Amino acid sequence: MNRFDYVRAGTVAEAVQAFAGAPGAQFIAGGTNLVDLMKYDVTRPGRLIDITRLPLGDIAEHDGGLRVGALVTNANLAYDARVRSRYPLLADAILAGASGQLRNAATTGGNLNQRTRCYYFYDTATPCNKREPGSGCAAIGGVTRIHAIFGASESCIATHPSDMCVALAALEAVVQVTGPEGDRSIAFADFHRLPGDDPAKDNTLKPGEIVLSVDLPAADLSKNYTYLKLRDRLSYAFALVSVAAALELDGDTVKIARLALGGVAHKPWRNRQAEALLVGKPATRETFQAAADFVVAEARPQSENAFKVELARRAIVRGLSQAAAGTPQSLTDKRIQ
Amino acid sequence: MTQTFSSTGHDSFVGTPRNRVDGPAKVTGLAKYAGEFTAADLAHGYVVSSAIARGRISAIDTAAAEAVPGVIKVLTHENRSRTAWLDYNYQDAVAPPGSPFRALYDDKIAFSGQPVALVVAEDFETARHAATLVKVAYEAEEPKTSADAVRAFAYDPPKKRAGIKPPPKPWGDADAAYDAAPIKLQNEYRLAVEHHNPMEPHASTVVYEGDGKYTVYDKVQGVSNSHNYLAAVFGLKKDDVRVLNPYLGGGFGSGLRPQYQLFLAMLAARDLERSVRVVLTRDQMWSFTYRPDAIQTVSLGSGEDGQLQALRHDAIGVTSHYEDYQEVVVNWSGVLYKCDNVALTYKIAQLDTASPGDMRAPGAVTGVFAIETAMDELAHEAGLDPIALRLRNFSEADATSEDKPFGSKALKACFTQGAERFGWAKRTPAPRSMREGHELVGWGMATGVWESMMQQSSAHAILSADGKLEVGNSTGDIGTGTYTILTQIAADTLGLPMEDVTTKLGDTRLPEAPVAGGSWTAASSGTAVMKACRNVGEQVFKLARAMEGSPLANVDFDRVSFANGRIAVAGDDSRSVALVDVLKAAGVETVEATESAGPDKDFASQYEAYTHSAVFVEVRVDEELGQIRLTRVVSAVAAGKILNPKTARSQILGGVVMGIGSALHEESMMDHRLGRFMNHNLGEYHVPANADIYDIDVIFVDEEDKANPLGVKGLGEIGIVGTAAAVANAVFHATGKRIRHLPITIDKVLG
Repeated sequence: MNRFDYVRAGTVAEAVQAFAGAPGAQFIAGGTNLVDLMKYDVTRPGRLIDITRLPLGDIAEHDGGLRVGALVTNANLAYDARVRSRYPLLADAILAGASGQLRNAATTGGNLNQRTRCYYFYDTATPCNKREPGSGCAAIGGVTRIHAIFGASESCIATHPSDMCVALAALEAVVQVTGPEGDRSIAFADFHRLPGDDPAKDNTLKPGEIVLSVDLPAADLSKNYTYLKLRDRLSYAFALVSVAAALELDGDTVKIARLALGGVAHKPWRNRQAEALLVGKPATRETFQAAADFVVAEARPQSENAFKVELARRAIVRGLSQAAAGTPQSLTDKRIQ
Repeated sequence: MTQTFSSTGHDSFVGTPRNRVDGPAKVTGLAKYAGEFTAADLAHGYVVSSAIARGRISAIDTAAAEAVPGVIKVLTHENRSRTAWLDYNYQDAVAPPGSPFRALYDDKIAFSGQPVALVVAEDFETARHAATLVKVAYEAEEPKTSADAVRAFAYDPPKKRAGIKPPPKPWGDADAAYDAAPIKLQNEYRLAVEHHNPMEPHASTVVYEGDGKYTVYDKVQGVSNSHNYLAAVFGLKKDDVRVLNPYLGGGFGSGLRPQYQLFLAMLAARDLERSVRVVLTRDQMWSFTYRPDAIQTVSLGSGEDGQLQALRHDAIGVTSHYEDYQEVVVNWSGVLYKCDNVALTYKIAQLDTASPGDMRAPGAVTGVFAIETAMDELAHEAGLDPIALRLRNFSEADATSEDKPFGSKALKACFTQGAERFGWAKRTPAPRSMREGHELVGWGMATGVWESMMQQSSAHAILSADGKLEVGNSTGDIGTGTYTILTQIAADTLGLPMEDVTTKLGDTRLPEAPVAGGSWTAASSGTAVMKACRNVGEQVFKLARAMEGSPLANVDFDRVSFANGRIAVAGDDSRSVALVDVLKAAGVETVEATESAGPDKDFASQYEAYTHSAVFVEVRVDEELGQIRLTRVVSAVAAGKILNPKTARSQILGGVVMGIGSALHEESMMDHRLGRFMNHNLGEYHVPANADIYDIDVIFVDEEDKANPLGVKGLGEIGIVGTAAAVANAVFHATGKRIRHLPITIDKVLG
């Protein structure tokens, strides 16, 4: 861990200002990821700007939906009564991740900004384009069980580890940010990015920009949904593949379909054409199978994770089946419905 | 049920469930661990680890690190002070044959993560930061870290490791019998490399007492081992070094040998003449020892009735380039089953890794997984119930040791009681025949076996005039309950309440005892404590008899009993005297004794001693998604006398959970291009989480054993042995898929 400067911001404007002109400045809230990265010497902030005192800790009604402040903890978000009744997919996704202790500390904005769990990114003895741009990617051809099967590049095959963000992608949340150039809104699909030839950037935030809130749209997807997470133990592990599925049904016919995958790409993975394939079709296994086949058709596995392609295909079918049946995956009973 | 051990056979604590006497200290934080002791002049060392697995250091630049305010010194192979020359001095009590690793010795890199520098600073944070500024340039060579890549170079280790039985000579003609057998099975079995990963990372605090004297707190499973090592390596008088380790946050074998953080802390303390602490990081816990993979082939030939006609078990284990690590992998097959044609072979091959080391039931976890999976395969082929097959081939004597009978072997009772508790009779034999919803249900079982050992051990007992008793020796309580059982034994032997007995462990000023490992501590230290207490009892008795008007006048020692703080004539409580009154009357402050105990040679010449278990497992497998839930385990254990059913049960629970980890989760993933384990943190190296563990039922069957006066056989390892095979067998029963390479992860279930 390097030596760094520490500033506590009292207002959003102060936080943005504290960033300017401070090389390597980073915002810190819960610190559940950043502090680890500092201990491992992966991240070396010149200045830490503590934003925990900013007034961004509320969940409020907004435009028929909810506005979730960036400092709302994962626990408070998951257990909020409005979230549980109107956005149970989000609540379930949050509770499928981490542990009680971590969720008590981790924040909404921090979750969006958490970094990959790629072994090589964490290990400063190996090259990594995300950690040291231009140094190369040691993961390619290495131990790739947890790596991307969609949207990877020759520079980076890392995945985004969040569960919460997979649900937010399916719910089409909107991220409100501010920064040196003022406020802007970012559609959730545009918040995270693919690695391309610049994997150091996980998302589209510009330097000095800070997440203010995540807005949940009014659309009601609270009846037919599921968050199905498959991993190497039954709890407290990152997803090999996860599926956030939400449907609106008219009788047996799919009216609206949302499908996002976690653990498979540098960002929560959505395939709108696959969603379109579902719309207007009967909510049957055959329909889901066709959509799943369509999604995985563009998968490009790594040396050691071809199984994730088949796992993704099957998880999509099961997830959509759970959603259609109105039997979301239980978080306490690890039996998969 | 077993021999009793107090002078007249009265025990009130031994055999009953008792809370851990060290529990309150542990849960309140009063228990201090090696990295928690401190000194006014304490400096902090942080290890810089090698980025490459093989090659040499071409340059090491410490200038930037040394320029950081607060950095005291950066130790490297270029500036370190001299230590002992000969390998002999570095060979600790459990070292395998070879040249033990010497940290910062020269420019050679033998394994990834090898320490290449120690940054010593005034505080931990400064040392950690400065460590990132040490620039090391390497000349890297291509490492070989896969057992498959070196199997052709496997050899029979020329020097055998002390205490590790090499495979016995073959008997009969296994190959010919195999060729002729009506049923033949030959398969390869593998397990993943596992790392011990106790909760407490390895740490050493060396307190410099001045005048060339040191007090050392070392995370080790027996302080005597570190004590002898430090004296030999650093040329110190043993009297000038005291090593303590009152508590361990888990060891599982990783703390049997003194590890490099001890060497580095001592080196720095000696150089700087001040106190130094070195604590390893979690990722550095992948840099010194591991459970090795082995390439195992089991060949079974049997008649149509399942009677074994041929048994071959061939294993190629792995080791480092500098030591011939050996463990008992294949012998278990010959111990467990009666067969006229048997060949057991074990070779090792060298990798560019640190030396592997003993990890809970070393070798047995490996070998028993293979033979017990193979036996399940044979049961399936022969159309026999897996228990019936095992009974058909049940061994009544140890064929690997001149057919010596077993001192005791209540394995049949384990089968019977375990099966009954599990409900095994309701099992439908065909694979894929049990299903609930999306899940296939599978029931599997396996046998576990571990050697029951005893080591030479001493202990003392000190009875004070106030009636308080202290007992102890230098061995460690590695979380097993040693403090508690020794307290029970001492209290019973002298008839005192447990509250009046204090057990002290983990201090080289106490009588010498071996490292805590091999499941031998209860037998070894337990017997030594009992003998020391009996000696004290006899001394007190003599004082009592000499008292004026003694109620014990003209009574022999074998006619008295100790209970309720008194010595009484057995069967006549009216003739008794309180221990405190005896000491008061005699005018003595304390009555003390030190005794030692060792294996019973007569017994050992006639019998072989093993613990056994039968493990029953239920799994539920979502076949479409590959998810396994391990919903029930029954482990029925035959391990002689159970001193404390509560701590004993915890031992087995821990072993079973670790076995489940071995079966389903644990895997250190090596990047063979880099020769480096990549998932070196507990987020990505998976051990079972609470959600992975459902019901575990532990049964101790009655077993009388006479290998030692306590009748105990040890419980540290038996819980893990066989568990992984039972899981794999249950997965086969559920899915019809035989998975012979652990861990059984989603990809293998789908594949």
